[in-house]
Amino acid sequence: MLTALLILWPAVAALLVLLVKGQGAKKVAFGAALVELLLGIYAWIGFNPADSSAQYLINLPWIASAGIVFKVGMDGISLLLMLLTVFLLPLIILSTFRHNYERPSSFYALILFMQTGLIGVFTALDAFLFYFFWEVALIPIYFIAGLWGGENRIRVTFKFFLYTVFGSLFMLAAFVYLYFQTPGTHTSELSAFYQLVLDAGTQSWLFWFLFIAFAIKMPVFPFHTWQPDTYAEAPAAGTMLLSGIMLKMGIYGVLRWLLPVVPLGVSQWSTVAIVLAIIGIVYGAIIAIRQHDMKRLIAFSSISHVGLIAAGLFTLTEQGLQGVMVQMLSHGINVVGLFFIIDIIQQRTGTREIAAMGGITQKAPFLTVCFMVLMLGAVALPLTNGFVGEFLLLMGVYQYNAWMGAVAGLTIILGAVYMLRMFQRVMFGETNHITDVFTDLTFTEKAVLVPLVIMVFWIGLNPNTFLNISEPAIGQLLNVINR
Amino acid sequence: MQEFILPANNSEMRLITLLIPLLPFIGFLINGLGNRKLPKGLAGLIGCASVLGSFLLSLYLFFGFEGYGNRPYTTQIFDWINVANLQIPFAFQIDQLSLVMLLLVTGVGSVIHIYSAGYMSHDENFGKFFSFLNLFVFSMLLLVMGANYVMMFVGWEGVGLCSYLLIGFWNKVTPYNNAAKKAFIINRIGDLGFLLGIFLIFITYGSVSYGEVFNQASQLNQVNDGVVIAITLLLFVGAMGKSAQLPLYTWLPDAMAGPTPVSALIHAATMVTAGIYMVIRSNVLYTLAPDTLEFVAIIGLATALFAATIGLFQNDIKKVLAYSTVSQLGYMFLALGVMAYSSSLFHVLTHAFFKALLFLGAGSVIHAMSGEQDLRRMGGLKKVLPITFLTFLIGTLAISGIPPFAGFFSKDELLAHVFVHSKVMWAFGLLTSFMTAFYMFRLLYLAFFGEFRGTEEQRKHLHESPAVMTIPLIILAILSTIGGFMGLPAVFSQNHMLGNFLSPIYELARRAVPSAFEAHHLSHETEYMLMAVSVAVAVVAIILAYMIYGKKKSIPAEEGATLSPLHKLVYNKYYVDELYDAIIVKPVMAMSTGLHRFVEKGLIDPIVNGFGKATLGGGRTLRFVQSGATGSYILMMVLGIALILLLNFII
Repeated sequence: MLTALLILWPAVAALLVLLVKGQGAKKVAFGAALVELLLGIYAWIGFNPADSSAQYLINLPWIASAGIVFKVGMDGISLLLMLLTVFLLPLIILSTFRHNYERPSSFYALILFMQTGLIGVFTALDAFLFYFFWEVALIPIYFIAGLWGGENRIRVTFKFFLYTVFGSLFMLAAFVYLYFQTPGTHTSELSAFYQLVLDAGTQSWLFWFLFIAFAIKMPVFPFHTWQPDTYAEAPAAGTMLLSGIMLKMGIYGVLRWLLPVVPLGVSQWSTVAIVLAIIGIVYGAIIAIRQHDMKRLIAFSSISHVGLIAAGLFTLTEQGLQGVMVQMLSHGINVVGLFFIIDIIQQRTGTREIAAMGGITQKAPFLTVCFMVLMLGAVALPLTNGFVGEFLLLMGVYQYNAWMGAVAGLTIILGAVYMLRMFQRVMFGETNHITDVFTDLTFTEKAVLVPLVIMVFWIGLNPNTFLNISEPAIGQLLNVINR
Repeated sequence: MQEFILPANNSEMRLITLLIPLLPFIGFLINGLGNRKLPKGLAGLIGCASVLGSFLLSLYLFFGFEGYGNRPYTTQIFDWINVANLQIPFAFQIDQLSLVMLLLVTGVGSVIHIYSAGYMSHDENFGKFFSFLNLFVFSMLLLVMGANYVMMFVGWEGVGLCSYLLIGFWNKVTPYNNAAKKAFIINRIGDLGFLLGIFLIFITYGSVSYGEVFNQASQLNQVNDGVVIAITLLLFVGAMGKSAQLPLYTWLPDAMAGPTPVSALIHAATMVTAGIYMVIRSNVLYTLAPDTLEFVAIIGLATALFAATIGLFQNDIKKVLAYSTVSQLGYMFLALGVMAYSSSLFHVLTHAFFKALLFLGAGSVIHAMSGEQDLRRMGGLKKVLPITFLTFLIGTLAISGIPPFAGFFSKDELLAHVFVHSKVMWAFGLLTSFMTAFYMFRLLYLAFFGEFRGTEEQRKHLHESPAVMTIPLIILAILSTIGGFMGLPAVFSQNHMLGNFLSPIYELARRAVPSAFEAHHLSHETEYMLMAVSVAVAVVAIILAYMIYGKKKSIPAEEGATLSPLHKLVYNKYYVDELYDAIIVKPVMAMSTGLHRFVEKGLIDPIVNGFGKATLGGGRTLRFVQSGATGSYILMMVLGIALILLLNFII
């Protein structure tokens, strides 16, 4: 029942929020997200980490005649992504308390509604159910970006929309094909897909159909061009949702619905996929160096970081895949924190132009420490969360091919280049007329950033808390892939 | 001599091992959280006491080591990263090498902490300074105590971060910030090499823990095995970054932007010697890779020579010392390259004493001169700064290799090993030695002799530093005087204390490649001859410096004066920074703009957009978008998809 509750509660809460008039909606939404967080922690406590199969399983007939079922459950992989979602969502809602958005009840209802979609995606064990939640998660973000975004929101959101729908349709087509390959009266259950025996040629094109859908979502070079614009134009909360949680849908999709479903396709194309991913690492990092807008800089850095995760996915090594897991958490935490800090700075100074700032550290020591910690996490300094992920991922890529590992490792250097450049220009130096009146963090802002900072060190110092959860499931996944 | 794991019930030793790094970390937390709230006296006390405490505990371990059977032991604090067969425990290893490094880091560290309490007393961020300094000591201790390569990497990057924070400590000043950033980024280039080396170690030996790796290597690998060469070269790339060797040395002179105690502690005595520590720690691997060692020797010698020539013409007191450090580090790598591991560490120790002394002395001068660092503005300071002068003189004699000061013994021993390996290398080493004595005495004459050349205001302000600063100078001067006796040459004594103490750490290497450790005993005549030549060379250099800067009282040319082309080339540090700027920095920057403008916006985006327009039938749809009804349009699309989905269900 717990899985169903986790999926349904945010949707129910969204309806409740719709009934609230005025800015009270944000508090109701925050409360609802906290309840969801407690549910998530409860599921974590009851979770058996030694078991590699899906727990809290629910299997109900949905469209029985077609063999489509409402089957959801959580193995270690799903549990970690569920935890990431329920952890970040209240913080993202809290981060918006400083804004008074128009039509607040719609805004917060959409965020909660999106959570339903996200949890659904991370727990669905039926192809069409997965697809259904995939689209459910997308609808709210279109509205959030399109209605509450910046000046160019319409054009940008439209592009984002077309791009992702384009990708989704490929995935749907692949699913339909797979569905018809299942024996008997056909079924769309994941486990049935895992048992399919398809020839290499079929798997080859299926690989691309699925890969395009997921690659656009992450995004992987060269399917990324919607991303910097969308991140820049969406309101801060939207950017955090997109970068912190939503892009993990694509990574998760590869883990669950691509690698084990078309393993022969993967063995044919993994080199191409890794090369694209590594191009993205270097390409995103180099472009990030000279961005003027802080938000765009982090957007390009995200392309770079996600490139490394994508490369790790296709190494099919235990280190690489466990690196994917822990880096999904780390990236979510760091990027949400960084986008929030940018939002704080933008609200205080009225701009995101790096060149316009300077000397903020003198005015805001608390902000400086939080910013510094999150930045160090992003540049993978040991004992922060980013190091564990990048270390494992790079080791995975290195095992796949040493030269690829070396090129992917450039992220270690380039990451420091663009991050320190931004940090120095924004935080250090003399203050100017814009930053002279800068004030340090408020209580609410601290309440968002402190949990993130704690997580940076928690994952950095004791990653085994999380690695142990996903280890059996990753092992099982590799078994299925190598079947 | 097998290492063993400290029994879990030996809680006393476990606690002490843990406390050594933990004390500075606690100091970091208290001073970090209490910056500007704690009174300066208390902040300074906490900062100094934490490091001093670690020093005392290190002494306790050192003297208890023999009683413990002289065997290395490891103690695991907790499981850090476990993924399948990759096991990385958060564990410490105490052996002869880490004990020596522990004493060095906490001992010299304590002295410099105390000095800082005086030097930084006027700074508003006094507490922050001490917290960073403590964090540095903590990281450095992780580096030398870690029981596996990943732990070493943790400390390695940790000291890099502290170096960044402390170089840019006065963060209102943009050039300082740039220097800090440069140090971090260049170190990261080296770190990538280190990281790849760790990966290859894990793939080759299935472990990253020292004991396991070295055991495997000593049994598995042949001499000059390709994989061992690759591992040692990759690790050495890391060492080149951290220990400022060619071509990754350019950050170190710029790092002088940091407060002077930082230059003494991090950029002279401890952090920059991490590369030497790494090679000695990996002596099994390096001994198996003589080809790498030859490369290390060449890089070391080239760096020693190259940096010494730059030191000849620098006019900033700290820059002279910085290039001198680069040069001396080159010496140490030269020694490693000829497999004189212990001699290299000997020089690490004596260099830490006299170079820390010289930097702190320079700090005292700068303090007295109200921040002036230009040698051309100094002169005649020996009268007003008698203690600083005397101690500085001792440091200068020590680095120049004049007996019986510490530098003489370590440098002599090191050069004797080089002599055995290659006479040509020895000759170049001697040339470096000549230049070292020359530029150091040039500095000494310019700063302390002759007439005062600063402004009236500076003259009025001149004063000897307070006791909190001069006592550390005296302690370091004593160490620089007697420090050499821990490694007396064979002609004087058969008991090379340091060498004997360190000998067990080479046991595996000795077993793997016995031939490499065959002693090359020099005859006593040769040994005396080498010593005499070293001293003679230094004395000639000193006399030359005296003739020019002591007797003739020449002052280096002012900025903008016309110099001979060669002089100009060296004075401008061979334009290496400009070269790197032209071949690396500028192209990357151009690529950043170019990729964004031409590939991102000029190629990929138009293709995507064109594709979108084509599928949607172009203008009609776009007009629809511009009508402002996008919200409903999107909704329609989504509903359409839901409909398709439902239709699918029905089919």
